[in-house]
Amino acid sequence: MNLPLLIVVSVLKIAVVMGVLLTCVAYTVLLERKVLGFIQLRYGPNRVGPWGLLQPVADLIKLMFKEDFTPPGANKYLFLMAPVITAGAAFLPFAVIPFAGNILPPEITFYGYKIDLTVAALNQGVVADTNIGLLYIFAMGSLGVYGAILGGWASNNKYSLLGGLRLCAQMVSYELALGLSVIGVIMLAGSLSTVQIVEAQKSIPFIVYQPLGFVLFMVAAMAECGRTPFDLIECENELVAGYQTEYSSMKWALFMMGEYTHIIVASAIATTLFLGGWHGPVLPPFVWFMGKTFALVFFFIWVRGTFPRFRFDQLMQLGWKVLLPLSLVNILVTGAVILLIKG
Amino acid sequence: MQILFFILGAVALIAGGLVVFQKHPLRSALWLIVNFFAVAGIYLLAHAEFIAAIQVIVYAGAIMVLFLFVIMLMNIRQPEADPKIPFIGRKLAGIILAGFTGLILIYGVTKATLTTGKEMAPGLGNTETIALTLFTDYLLPFEVTSVLLLVAIVGAVVLAKSKLK
Repeated sequence: MNLPLLIVVSVLKIAVVMGVLLTCVAYTVLLERKVLGFIQLRYGPNRVGPWGLLQPVADLIKLMFKEDFTPPGANKYLFLMAPVITAGAAFLPFAVIPFAGNILPPEITFYGYKIDLTVAALNQGVVADTNIGLLYIFAMGSLGVYGAILGGWASNNKYSLLGGLRLCAQMVSYELALGLSVIGVIMLAGSLSTVQIVEAQKSIPFIVYQPLGFVLFMVAAMAECGRTPFDLIECENELVAGYQTEYSSMKWALFMMGEYTHIIVASAIATTLFLGGWHGPVLPPFVWFMGKTFALVFFFIWVRGTFPRFRFDQLMQLGWKVLLPLSLVNILVTGAVILLIKG
Repeated sequence: MQILFFILGAVALIAGGLVVFQKHPLRSALWLIVNFFAVAGIYLLAHAEFIAAIQVIVYAGAIMVLFLFVIMLMNIRQPEADPKIPFIGRKLAGIILAGFTGLILIYGVTKATLTTGKEMAPGLGNTETIALTLFTDYLLPFEVTSVLLLVAIVGAVVLAKSKLK
């Protein structure tokens, strides 16, 4: 194995993916403000640049120059660590999401040297192809909770603490439904590798076989992202802003980035698992992947503009008494049908 | 690979030690998370990717979240004050017990002979191998464990409900 080559190609891929992802995060914020404005019969931001396209840049500059305030009595290190954990854990799942098929030829000649690029999936449109890709996504997803819990605890503020506690309960409840809702997909693909799951959807995307799984996944993902109608974590009329109450400047911006990255990552995972990933006719794979992902991001925003917030007991009832049994039934039926067909 | 193993091992040991030596329960919990990650890294080095992922999901992602939840609910901000008169008898008993446990552990670990496990079936990954052994050779223990967990859940519900009334 050619170690320097491995490192160079991987670093390049990571840089490109991170660049595109961060740009997408910035413009998802603008997209949300625009779409919400449209839903509420307003214009939304339209002063900075043409159609408000430079708004993210203006927001960034403003946030960087805001005062960075640490409340007295706060635990300094944990207060600083919390937003870093949230944003970091939000970016990590993108490492195993395939955004295209083969982006490089399997073998290239470089100054007369023949270099094999099939090692470690270097020629494929994914940063890392592991055989536990899906589990890796769930592992990283479950870490994002720490940012909010620690942030809420370290702020030395009762609203922050309550927000953190609420988030904790919500995440633990919906993680189960989220994990179980994708088991049908794993059974159909016969693999945990995201690359192979996309490969298995070459002709028909899994949403056709797993419509219930898709609905369950989207509801649970929305709850995991803490989006309206599940945004009891930062419910402004009860908790000020939940665990983010005491945060300002770039620390607050990191929390926000984490939140919007969660939306994009959830949409990208749903695309990969249910909508056939980058497969699609005529257009290049990357365009299909981005198109499907942003259609789902739009759906997230649309839901926010349409539905009111749940009450906390309704949220828990939905999670434990509706989503969990339904996802178990989904697994049972999928397993029975696979057994019947394959014999 | 060897260097990585030693780094991860050192991190696991130091974090494990810090879990015990912290005065604040929340900090202990955080160091325990670091320890879990180091152990997950060691599993990865041993090509046990599935176990590593489960280690992070179950221990770091679920159990420790519950720990933190409980610590935050009790809202222990300040560590308990040291007792005014250090009780010498208790300390002595602790040291002697810990010493004995350590000796027994060292004796056990050095005397034990580790047998090599079953080889992985050719053409099967980690996940498939674990699934196969779990649902064929170890089916009964697996089912018994699930019944045990069910009993624990029912017990927890009964305890919680009786407090409500």
